[in-house]
Parts: sequence; C-alpha cells; structure tokens
Amino acid sequence: MEILVCARRVPDTSENEIQLNSAGNDIERDELVYSINEADNYAVEEALQIVARLGGNVTVATVGGEDDEEILRREMAMGANRGVLISDEAFAGSDARGIATILKAFVEKGHYDLILTGVQAEDGGAQVGGMLAALLDYPFASLVNSIEMLDGRKLKISREIEGGNKEMSEIDLPCVLSIQTGINEPRYVGMRGIRQVASVPIPTFSASDLGLGTSAVGEAAAKVKRVDYFVPSLGKGAEILRGTREENIDKVLELVAAKGGLK
Amino acid sequence: MARIFCYIAHKAGVPDDNAFELAAAARKVDPADSPTAILTGWGDDLDAVCDAIRPSYAETWKIANEDLAYPNAELIRKALVKVLPSDSIVLLAHEHFGIDLAPGLSIKTNSAFVSDVLDIAGGEGADLKVVRQEFGGQVSAHVHCDISSGAVITIRPGAFKAVEITPGSSIVDKSVVDKSNAVGSLAAGRRYLETVLAEAGDVDITKHNVLVSIGRGIQEKDNVAIAEELADALGAAVSCSRPVVDAKWMEKSRQVGSSGKTVKPKVYLACGISGSFQHLAGIKGSPFLIAINKNPKAPIFQVADVGIVDDILEFLPELTNKVREMHTVAAK
Repeated sequence: MEILVCARRVPDTSENEIQLNSAGNDIERDELVYSINEADNYAVEEALQIVARLGGNVTVATVGGEDDEEILRREMAMGANRGVLISDEAFAGSDARGIATILKAFVEKGHYDLILTGVQAEDGGAQVGGMLAALLDYPFASLVNSIEMLDGRKLKISREIEGGNKEMSEIDLPCVLSIQTGINEPRYVGMRGIRQVASVPIPTFSASDLGLGTSAVGEAAAKVKRVDYFVPSLGKGAEILRGTREENIDKVLELVAAKGGLK
Repeated sequence: MARIFCYIAHKAGVPDDNAFELAAAARKVDPADSPTAILTGWGDDLDAVCDAIRPSYAETWKIANEDLAYPNAELIRKALVKVLPSDSIVLLAHEHFGIDLAPGLSIKTNSAFVSDVLDIAGGEGADLKVVRQEFGGQVSAHVHCDISSGAVITIRPGAFKAVEITPGSSIVDKSVVDKSNAVGSLAAGRRYLETVLAEAGDVDITKHNVLVSIGRGIQEKDNVAIAEELADALGAAVSCSRPVVDAKWMEKSRQVGSSGKTVKPKVYLACGISGSFQHLAGIKGSPFLIAINKNPKAPIFQVADVGIVDDILEFLPELTNKVREMHTVAAK
C-alpha cells in the first residue's frame, strides 16, 4: 500500500492568542508557535498503522516553503518513509483549488493507492481533499473516523455524521479520504527522533518539475482571495469578572444558585 | 447575477433545519433574485420535503432517482452536474453532507468554492464578498470570490436567521419542476452500507441541569478528576468538547456538539473550552453560560453570559472547596 498524506504547517491555536497585525491584512505571525495541522497528524498516524498491517510506504507532502520542512521531519520521525516539499514562488497566493491542482500534479508523478488529508486546517475549511479527489476522478469521503481493508482494491470506512453516529461505506481504491481527529492516538515524537532524521534529504518539487503554469496555480489563477482580517464581535460578549479569584468563585456560586443550578 | 440554488438536505421526509437558513443567505447574496431550491431523493419522502420547503422558495427543482434514496455525495454530485446551469451559485449547509459534496462539486462545475461562510458582506458584478472565520473563531476574514463562472458556497449552520414562512401562505403558485429525466442511472466508487448509532454512555449528559464541561484546557487525563470532583459537589455531570474525546480522556457519550450530544441544561460551565461553533451547536435552550479560560481571546467569551480569565486547573479545585464548605455549613 503506497500512501500519500497531504499535510500543512499552521499556527497552533491551542498555543497562541491570535492577534491582528497593525495593517489588519494579516495576523501577527512573529511570535506564533507553529505545528503540524492537528488533523493532518492523525492522518499520518493512520497511514503508518495501515502500512504496519499491510506493508508499503508513507509519503508526507506539503505545499509551502523552507520553514515547512520542520513538519515533514517531525512526521518522518513518527515513521513516515519520505517527506516531500512542493515549493515554488509561482504557488504563492493559490486558493484551495490551486493547492489541489498542485497536489494533483504531484500525485500523477507517483503511484499512490490511498491519499489522506486532515479533515480541515486551522485557517481552512475542509476544501482541498474533496477538490483533489474530483480533479483526479477518485472517490472521496470526508470526516473519516475508521478505515479497514476489505480486499486489495476496497476499503470499509466510517464517516462521522450527526450526533456521533457513524455512516459505514465501502470505497474503491485509489481514493482520497479526509481524516477526522480522534481516529487514533498519534504516537509521541521526541526531540531525539527528530534529530535522527535531521539530515535526511527532503526532495523538492517546483512548478516546472510538475509541469504547472501560472494559469492554473498562484494568485493569478485564484478565484478566492482573502482581503483582510478583523476581530469578530458576535453578540454583546460575556460580562468579564475582574475580581480576585476568591471573589470570582463567590460570584460564580451565586449565579449558579440563582439560575436554579445548586442542589 | 447568475441563478442561485439552495441544495436542501433532508431525512425521513423532513428538510434539515438549515433549509430555511439557506434561503436567507441566498437573499443576501442577491436581494433581487428569488432562490431556487434543489432536492435529490426518491419516493414519497422526496415529495413530502418538496411540499415542506416550497413556500420559502420561488421554485423547487426535484431530482427523483432510486440511486439517490440515500444521500451519497458522489452520486448527487453527478446528478447536479447534469442539471445545474453552467454559472449557477449553489449554497449548501456546512455540515457533514455539505463537506462531503461541495468541494468536488465546485471542481466539476468549474466554479469558485468558499466554505463555512458566516455572512455575505456585499457584492458587485462578478465579485462577491463574504465573511469567514479562521483559527478556531479567534479572527474573522473578508474573502473575495470571483463568481463569473459560478460558485459553490457552504453556509455555517445557525449563521443566518431562517426565512419565516407565513402560516397558510399559498403554495399553489410555487411550482415543483421535475428534473429527474436529465439524470439517468448513476454509479459511484463509494457505496453506503449502514448507519451505526452512537453508543449510550454511563451518564446521560442530556438529563442534567448543570454541566461542568471541559475542553483542551484540562491538559491531561489525570486532570479530568478535577472536573468530576466539582461536578460531584454541585450535583452536576461532566461533559466535554471534542479535543477531550479525541485524546481519549473521556467517552464519546460525554461530548457536546454537532458530532456529539445536544444538551439543554440550566447552567453550563465551559471550562478551558475555546468555543468552536461545532461545540456551541450542541448547546440548546439558552442556558446560563459561564466561561473560564486563560486565553482572553477565546471565542467562548463572545457567547458566554459571564467570563473569567483564569487557569481552570487552579480555579476549579478552589471552586470545589468552596462548594464543599457551603455544604458543611448548611449541614450544621
């Protein structure tokens, strides 16, 4: 089983307070802690577990720049056989369709039975996996939370639907699956593991390597463009208690009692 | 502007709640246009849904096909591609079905795709300006979308106020257009087998008046006991958000949200929960919402009644002690 996982490096929202920059056209990125997109990490773990059962190789690819090599090394330290950086100035400003177009060109350079992505990125919206599948004319399933091999050419999968119910399907290979968080328990990666892969070469593919022109990717081809960021104001917002911790505790208990919540 | 279609998902003859929210979103995309509903399915169920949504739409298109009796996104995509005019604007709800269908539909209709849209900020000609959220709702973004060759847009459930239907309004002049003949037989690389219902857990969080709900801020499995002790003292139950279940710190049956349980407590203590819309979608009945989070930018503070910026690992144990003290005093 040859598996490709498409991954991204994103600001870690559990580690960061996201602030706007002074111009308001981007978030303040200087102090941000970046990591692999959480759902993508589950996708890599799932790929590693499938390969452990059935044999094969796991390739992790990302579209980005040199800074993004760190997540490729992290996933190689987890056990991925190969990390690939797909990088070119011509890719800057690509929308989701542009990214899917770049990935399609990369997929066609190899032979993959299964392509996994995370269900969504912190700054995305569950777009690239489904677009990539349609560009390749492969079957697709989103929100996948279990994968089982049926025979050489078919998988049995479940999708997470409303209320925690599971929709079971069979799907032909090759296919694209977007992986939901919680599907497995991603293994721990220590600094030692990352050091061991620090000098492994990471092949880079450029636009010309993939035969891509600017008519299909990059800013000129993008139909969807983010123009600015702003801080949302949904409703009136909470009344923030600014007392000491003890005062806040008293206030919380008073409120819980007043709202009919204390026995 | 191009014709706007709202894809209506449905189950057992009943349209999904967001069917009427899509109509509202469509009217904001183009106030001059009356949107068209488009439905796929089979049999009496499909006709029942058509009748239910007809009053809210200028026209209703139905695609009846036995292969579409269960909503398989790949088959529905193939059917829609055969029926939709080339530069259509298609709106779908951003939930598990829309997430499955929309990206591929945008490729096959060669149109722009924007997902999880919260608002329409205006438009001029082929330029449509929409509002999205990024980074777990900590910031919003204006996004421009070139709709000259059509668009597929998924709409966040609950973001638009449903179009009210006037009771007793006539549906006689609201026609249903049957597009079934344009489709024919369909085949897909993914085939539906069955639906497995979620397991019931040891505690039914839907039956409690007070929920102590924990999120990623609980940090590790051993800390769940901190919330359980508070819940015991309050006579409450512990529920949680998705990251806690993903990390296997609590059972799936304790999860509040669109992919978990829908709860209606009187008081909801959101402890270390950022407040993603998927989580908030599981909280109904407008409980009194108290949020405790050490990140002052956490989106939960936008929707909570009362907020406290503090570390739950320190705040909750002290709160528990105070509750126990009160019980001791009361018992004397």
